[in-house]
Amino acid sequence: MTVTPAPAPAATDYILRIDHVTKRFGGLVAVDDVSFDVKRGEVFALIGPNGAGKTTLFNSITGIFPPTDGHVVFEGRDIAGSKPHQAAALGIARTFQNIRLFEYMSALDNVRLGQHCRTHAKLWDSLFKTPYERHEERAITERAMELLRFVGIEQRSEEYARNLAYGQQRRLEIARALATKPHLLLLDEPAAGFTPQEKVELMRLVDKILAEGITVFLIEHDMKVVMGISRNIAVLDHGELIALGPPETIRRDQRVIEAYLGKGA
Amino acid sequence: MKIFKAIRTIWETDPRKDPNPLAYAILGLGAILYPIYAQISTGGQGDFLISVLADAGVYILLAIGLNVVVGFAGLLDLGYAAFFAIGAYTYAFLASDHLVVTPIGEPVHLPFWIVLFVGLFVAAAFGLILGAPTLRLRGDYLAIVTLGFGEIVPRVFKNLVVWTSGVNGISALDKPVLPVWLNGPWSGDPLEIVQSFKIISPMAFYVVIVLLLGACVVLVNNLRQSRVGRAWMAVREDEVAAAAMGVNTTRIKLLAFAIGASFSGFAGAFYGAKLSLVSPENFGFTVSITILVMIVLGGMGNIPGVIIGSLLIYAITFLFLPALPPLAEEWATNIGLGGLLAVNGDWPGIGQEVQRLKFLIFGMILVMTMLLRPQGLIPSRVRQQELTKGVHEDQTLEDVTAETTA
Repeated sequence: MTVTPAPAPAATDYILRIDHVTKRFGGLVAVDDVSFDVKRGEVFALIGPNGAGKTTLFNSITGIFPPTDGHVVFEGRDIAGSKPHQAAALGIARTFQNIRLFEYMSALDNVRLGQHCRTHAKLWDSLFKTPYERHEERAITERAMELLRFVGIEQRSEEYARNLAYGQQRRLEIARALATKPHLLLLDEPAAGFTPQEKVELMRLVDKILAEGITVFLIEHDMKVVMGISRNIAVLDHGELIALGPPETIRRDQRVIEAYLGKGA
Repeated sequence: MKIFKAIRTIWETDPRKDPNPLAYAILGLGAILYPIYAQISTGGQGDFLISVLADAGVYILLAIGLNVVVGFAGLLDLGYAAFFAIGAYTYAFLASDHLVVTPIGEPVHLPFWIVLFVGLFVAAAFGLILGAPTLRLRGDYLAIVTLGFGEIVPRVFKNLVVWTSGVNGISALDKPVLPVWLNGPWSGDPLEIVQSFKIISPMAFYVVIVLLLGACVVLVNNLRQSRVGRAWMAVREDEVAAAAMGVNTTRIKLLAFAIGASFSGFAGAFYGAKLSLVSPENFGFTVSITILVMIVLGGMGNIPGVIIGSLLIYAITFLFLPALPPLAEEWATNIGLGGLLAVNGDWPGIGQEVQRLKFLIFGMILVMTMLLRPQGLIPSRVRQQELTKGVHEDQTLEDVTAETTA
C-alpha cells in the first residue's frame, strides 16, 4: 500500500509523482501526507467519498492552492508552489468538477483561449494585425475547430458556451483543456450527471485522448467508469491514501469497502 | 479596395442583428459632415460648435480607453481621471515656459507629437505602478483603491505648489505644430500649402482628434479580436479557469490597466494642448464618473456604443444642462408667467431654480435611459445576453418540458 520510493526524477516512466503532499486549511487537514506515482501513458483514477480531498489534491497539482508540504514532481521537475498558468505552460491541463467555461464566449473562442500559452503574438502584433498575427490566428482557429471535432461538438462552434447542453459543456471543457497541448490531463468528475450512454461515449473519448499520447488522471465516482478505463487507482479517505493499485486489488480492499459502505458492511 | 469591402459589409449586415457597421458608417459620415453643417448653419461662425465637438472627442478617447479596462477586462476603475491629469500635466511640463518657475529653472518645449506619446507612456507607467500591487484585489476592493488614487493625484498637483503652481494651474501651453498643412476656402484662405503650421483653429484641432480617434478605434478593435482580447474576456468571465488554461492573469490585467491609462494620458496631452491650460480642478472624481456613465449608458464593451454614449452624455452635461436656465426663463415669459423670473422671498427666480435642479434633471435622464435600455444604447452581444439571461432559462425549461411530454 505504501509507495516504494522510486529512484528520483530521472525515472521518465513516471509523469507525475505526488511525494508526501499535505494540504492544510487552518486546522483542517484536507490532504494528509499522500504519495503515489502516475505512469506516463496510463489512465490513473483517484477515488474516495465526498470530502476526501480529491479536488484539493488536483488544486495542489495545478497550483490553485499550493500544497502546505511535500513535492509535486512533474516530468522530473518539482512544481509545488508554481502558479496555475505555469503549470499549464509545463503541460498540465484540467477540467473542473462544476464546469467552469467562459460562458459568454463562443465554444470556438473557449478553445481558442486554451491555446493562449502556446501562442506568441506580442502586443505589437495584436495592435497592428501583423502578418505573423494573422497567420497565428488562422492556425489557432483551425486547431480549435479540429479539437471541437475531436470531442464531437463542431456543429455548435459559434454558440455561446452557456447555451450548450450539459454533456456538450463537459466535452467543450475537455477540448479547451486539450488546446493547451498537455502531457497530463486532469479530469475532475468528467462523467458526473451523465446518462449511461454518455458515459460510454466519454470512455471512448478518454481512449482517443490516450491514443494521442496524453496521460489521463481523473477523479470519478462512477465505479463502472473507473474500473472500466483505469490502469491504476488511488483511494483517498479523510485526506489519507488508504489504497493504491490496479482495479482488481482495489475492488477487494477491506479499507476501501469500509470507507464507502461504513464499518460492518 | 478596403473601402469597398467596408461599404459592402455595411450594406450587407442586418442592423437589427449587428448594428456596429451601420453605427460606424453614421459616425464616420457625421464626423465629415458636422463641420460643414456647423459653418453653414451659423453663416461661417461655426468655430464654437466645432470646438465643442473637438472637446467631446477628448472624452470619447477617454471612454474608449476606460472601456478596455471596464468593458473588456472587467476591472472597475473609479479613478480613471488621474491618468488624464497625469497626461495633461506631462504636456504642461514639457511644452511650456512653466518649468522656469520651478526648481529646474529652464523651459522645455518639446513638439506636441512627441509629448503626446510621452504622455501616453508616463500614464501607462503610472498605470503599472498603481496596478502592480492592487490588481490582486477583486471587484469592489479594486474600485476603492482606484477611487483613492483618483482622489490623490489631483490633490498632489494642487498641493505641490512649487512644481505645479497649485490651484492656479499651468497656462500658456504650446500649440501643436504641423510640418505641412493645406490651407483653403475652409479656413478662409486661398488654397496653399503652408509649412510649420500652428494648430490654433478649432477646425484643425477637430481634424486632429477625428484622425486620432479613427486610429484608436481601429487599434482597439484589433486588440479585442486578438489573443490579448480573448484573454481579457476570459479573465472577466472566470479568472480561475483562465489561469488554469495558461493565462497569466496578473499580467493580462496589468496590461489592460496600462493600456487604459495610456489612452487617458494620450487624451490628457491633447486636452492640455487644446485648452492651453491645465488646473487640478479639471480632473476630479466627477470626470471619472462621467466617463464611466458614458460607457455604461452607451453599451459597455462595444466601441460604437461607447462613442455614441460619450457624445450623448457630453451633449447633455455641457450643452443641454447649461442651456436649461435661460430656456426655462424664456418659456415662463412665453406662457405668461414672467413673474416667476424675479427673486421673491425664498424663490430665487426660475432661472436660478432650474440651475439648482440641473443635476436632478441629469440624474433623471440617466435613470430613465437605464430603465428603458439597461443594456446600453448599442450593447455588445454579451451584455445583451447577460441581461436576457432569465428569458433564456425559461426557454430551455420550456424546451425540456416539451421534450419530456412529447
